[in-house]
Amino acid sequence: MASCNRNPSDSSNPAAEQPDAPHAIAPADASPPDDGNWVMPGKDYASTRFSGLTDLTPGNVRGLGVAFTFSTATTHGYEAPPLVVDGTMYLITPYPNNLYALDLTKPGAPQKWVFKPEPAAASQGVACCGTVNRGAVYSNGRIIFNTLDGQTIAVDAKSGSQIWRTQLADIQKGETITMAPLVADGKVLVGDSGGEMGVRGWLTALDEATGKIAWKAFHSGPDKDALIGSRFKPFYPMDRGQDLGVKTWPNGMWKLGGGPMWGWISYEPSTRTIFYGTGNPGPWNADQRPGDNKWTTGVFARDVSNGDALWFYQTTPHDIYDHDDINESILADIPWGSGRRPVLLRPARNGFFYVIDRRTGQVLSATPYGYMNGYKGVDLKTGRIAINPEKEPKSGRVARNICPAAPGMKDWNPSAFSPVTGLVYIPHHNLCMDESVSQANYIAGTPFVGADVKMYGGPGGYRGVVTAWDPIARRAVWEVHEDLPLWSPALATAGGLVFYGTLDGWFKALDARTGKLLWQFKTGSGIIGQPISYRGPDGRQYVAVVAGVGGWAGGIVDGELDPRDPTAALGFANAVKDLPGKTTPGGMLYVFALPQK
Amino acid sequence: MSLRSRRNSAALLSVLLLAGCHREERHNEPKPFNASIKAGESPPTIIPGGGSPSPLDPRAADYDNNAPALAEGQFLYTRMNCVGCHAHGGGGMGPALMDDKWRYGGRIDQIAATIAEGRPNGMPAWRGKLTEDQIWKLAAYVRSLSGQPSKDAVSSRADEMSSTEPQTLTRREPVKNADTAGR
Repeated sequence: MASCNRNPSDSSNPAAEQPDAPHAIAPADASPPDDGNWVMPGKDYASTRFSGLTDLTPGNVRGLGVAFTFSTATTHGYEAPPLVVDGTMYLITPYPNNLYALDLTKPGAPQKWVFKPEPAAASQGVACCGTVNRGAVYSNGRIIFNTLDGQTIAVDAKSGSQIWRTQLADIQKGETITMAPLVADGKVLVGDSGGEMGVRGWLTALDEATGKIAWKAFHSGPDKDALIGSRFKPFYPMDRGQDLGVKTWPNGMWKLGGGPMWGWISYEPSTRTIFYGTGNPGPWNADQRPGDNKWTTGVFARDVSNGDALWFYQTTPHDIYDHDDINESILADIPWGSGRRPVLLRPARNGFFYVIDRRTGQVLSATPYGYMNGYKGVDLKTGRIAINPEKEPKSGRVARNICPAAPGMKDWNPSAFSPVTGLVYIPHHNLCMDESVSQANYIAGTPFVGADVKMYGGPGGYRGVVTAWDPIARRAVWEVHEDLPLWSPALATAGGLVFYGTLDGWFKALDARTGKLLWQFKTGSGIIGQPISYRGPDGRQYVAVVAGVGGWAGGIVDGELDPRDPTAALGFANAVKDLPGKTTPGGMLYVFALPQK
Repeated sequence: MSLRSRRNSAALLSVLLLAGCHREERHNEPKPFNASIKAGESPPTIIPGGGSPSPLDPRAADYDNNAPALAEGQFLYTRMNCVGCHAHGGGGMGPALMDDKWRYGGRIDQIAATIAEGRPNGMPAWRGKLTEDQIWKLAAYVRSLSGQPSKDAVSSRADEMSSTEPQTLTRREPVKNADTAGR
């Protein structure tokens, strides 16, 4: 039920109050009024990363100061958000995936308990892009999270004692788990990582009560393995046909074909449908896998209860640039004729901002949101992306100046959507690359890549951008350029602010309407963590983020890589050669608030 | 070619061999123990009760500064997917190999042990998957990523097409302990 309290300092969802807004809004069933907690990384099932709190505004954010801090005892990339549930904050660290509970009701937020799952150390050797974890989730009195070595664990949120744990991924096959689970309709949804290791990607659902596997959908192979049956109705002919997960690969290559799911899932309760994208096909050397390589690098809609596929749209058939499609799917309802149309808003890795009908999978628009020369466009009749053949890496030649580079226009780090402004705030890159390919040799548990990549900044002299994107007008309302690539997610608030962090440790607040920098604070390490906002037990609005450089972009720092080799970190090290001189590793929670009155 | 000039060539060849052209030696038979090998460089290790580090494995003589071994090691480095984790020495999933830091020792026998047995933070164990000869060739190549062998033994060409520099231009790094806080 939408709150009827109009007091601006009260927690309520402004979107629910403006069904006539001339811009995109979030569907009420997937984006309920803000209760001051933050129980899942995306904030709500619509993945808005939008806080309904309004205490902080462009007028007073200048007074924001540190309320308390907490060391995470890690020196690797920290991508997860803190969670806040009724006076307790939960932190899930990168490997070794320790789960901390902090008591927000006491001064300084002392530790209540820590749960240490002790994952296998060897899992660090098969994690392509840092030993990161993208978050835990709270549901029905439990915190549920994944470990790098492939387990999903449910812990009692009050006591910190384990309720169940299920082994899902096999590090001997190169599988790890880095994504944040989503709990929907009594199911815990989990996918694997390992698109660079020749895994066969999947998404699985565990029973929330017991941790037992309810269903598992593979992203390659026969239709029955992909849970594709009579209910499957893709919009475009290119995605229709029997056993395309076998036929669109050379003989048997689908078994090593990648298509993992290490990113974000959204859920629409009214239709019990989940929406998510699949990862890149393997190996990167696309000469070894002629064909469309289904069901990699595309978007699935599935029935959450049994995993039945409802539709699929392959954004990047036969992906040649590692353009995983695992980025967030924001659920929104946009003005359409006299009513509203239910859509997904997807700032994709391949550089297009997609607006997709979430009932049918039809692409309503696909617009580049940054500099691009690797693709020529998306044909809305066929749904097919057009590759620029001049930029295609082929055996025997180096393709140069391909934009966007392998991490895409934007990587995993999710954008935020404000139903107040109707804008999507996208933290992303401006990177290009050279790429050459060579024969990749499959050995289980080792990389399956077959490509040398060298990245560097794109045109314009900046490597990162925050873009405020209007999905209706299909244009940027404003852009803020950042020197370094952006690996930090964004947070939008009803008070009119956008928060994000930089690789050298600045935590910033912008005016959501103009992009003007209003406040910044220098943390102890580069920021790649997800910022959140919550209402504390004292009634005040807080903003929290964990600093801790690493991940693919920051690996040069926490992994002490050597940029004299431009191919280090699959080519990313070359683009951030200057980073080791600008930040040092170390995980630390920072929580901010206005001074107490 | 006259008999005389052939004799002259043979004489010249034997002079070259006498000059110790180890870089081109191919080893098909086990060699006797060579006690004159130096211990090789490695970061300092505590020797309980004092004393000197254990002597270098005598097999080192067959692989260090040996061009065929380095070339085959370079081939294996790509084909066994070492490159996927360590890149062309700069590192990624695994640590950099072209710098001056060694977590488990920088001697060729120590590197061979790392490859054979694996290491706890994710280095796979290749014993039983590769022959000892292949493991030692890989170890020789790994040392060359930080410029340890002489420049006349390493390849002047990279196998890959990227813009990495040829190994003949690789700077020789000192051999130090790794900063284990980092990784």
